[in-house]
Amino acid sequence: MRYFIAAIAVASGLLVLVGYFLPALANVEMILLNWAMILAGAAMFLGIFNLISVHSEKIRHREKGNLYSALLLIALLGTFFLGFILGPDNISMRILLNGIILPAEAMLMGLLAVTLLYAAIRLLRRRVNIMSVIFLISALLILIGTVTLPLGNMPIFGALRSWMTNVLAVGGARGILMGVVLGTLTTGLRVLFGMDRPYGGK
Amino acid sequence: MTELVIIGLVAILLLVLTLWKRRSPQQFRSIPALASLIRAIGLSVEDGSRLHISVGHGSLITPRSGSGLAGLAMLRHLAERTSSSDRPPVATTGDPALSLLAQDTLQAGYSAAGAEELFVPTTGRLTGMSPFGFAAGAMPVIRDERVSANVLMGYFGPESALLTDAAEQENVITIGASDNLVAQSILFAGSQDALIGEELYASSAYLGAGAAHTASLTVQDILRWLIMVTLLLSAVAKFMGLI
Repeated sequence: MRYFIAAIAVASGLLVLVGYFLPALANVEMILLNWAMILAGAAMFLGIFNLISVHSEKIRHREKGNLYSALLLIALLGTFFLGFILGPDNISMRILLNGIILPAEAMLMGLLAVTLLYAAIRLLRRRVNIMSVIFLISALLILIGTVTLPLGNMPIFGALRSWMTNVLAVGGARGILMGVVLGTLTTGLRVLFGMDRPYGGK
Repeated sequence: MTELVIIGLVAILLLVLTLWKRRSPQQFRSIPALASLIRAIGLSVEDGSRLHISVGHGSLITPRSGSGLAGLAMLRHLAERTSSSDRPPVATTGDPALSLLAQDTLQAGYSAAGAEELFVPTTGRLTGMSPFGFAAGAMPVIRDERVSANVLMGYFGPESALLTDAAEQENVITIGASDNLVAQSILFAGSQDALIGEELYASSAYLGAGAAHTASLTVQDILRWLIMVTLLLSAVAKFMGLI
């Protein structure tokens, strides 16, 4: 059975890859990609069931943080039933989205600024090497070149920032991305040929 | 069509090298982050704590899937090595399809270790649908579930800072890698040992995933040299006015 699953996966992957380059197979590629999107939609339902079962277990076994799990399940089921009855365009659903979900995510984004600053300060305590020093000096120079200074802007920092972001950072980023592309290509080929099979449970 | 020919040649090279690498001994350069990971695996088995492995929120039907697949390949070997621990490893994701594959991969790891009966499906978790929702859901795992090492491998964004901060507060070591440049810089600053660029794709080979993984590293090296030589020759040709 698992060879049959692998054969289907390999054939589908090859058809999508070849269909991307050969117009004659473009329709087959489109059909397979549409199926993939439908399956990804179905996976969302399974993911929600996974979320419910993880948090139900936490409540049942009275694990640490079970109160938050209970709140999560109440909010999840409440939103689901409200959305199901009223529809996603209803004013109540919009209030839920714009008044609770978006501000909560914005709050986490705000928290990120403090977290990043704290991480930068701790970097030298955690890992004292030349790369960490270069990393911190670069971040500091970019900050000084970007923000408005109390005594007025110094053009040299602006020019330095521009050179660092347009020359050094772009060059480095392209080098890293080249490595990422090669890694993605070989990982994709391994999955395509069934050498890596993140499916089938075996 | 040229791209298809290049991919075909790379595929042939990968297959040939996989067959060749099965017979030759494996030699790798030292990567401190992966040495730390191997130590963390041993520690988690010995002291009865667990590993938290997050494979990010890169959807499988987008170009971001590569790093998630690399994360799954590593999850498979971490699950195999730590399945006999008192506390099984937990995998978190921010994408539903990826969470299904994470569960399947964990099960495969248990099965390979001969401990399939110990597999608990809820150890593969979807913690949220949005990037920050995913981070908010994964933070309690690091905080409350006696985690000894936090492994972040996959597609992440700025929210990875919240995960590294949660780990720092619990004195849990973090080893991270992502194909997203923003997350790479955050993981460099926030983790004990960061993997840069293509090192993300090398991790499973270092954990002994087999000849195919070692061969894919060699293929990457060959392609990298080809690209470098092409870039240098192009620059010289441009300088001499030939192109």
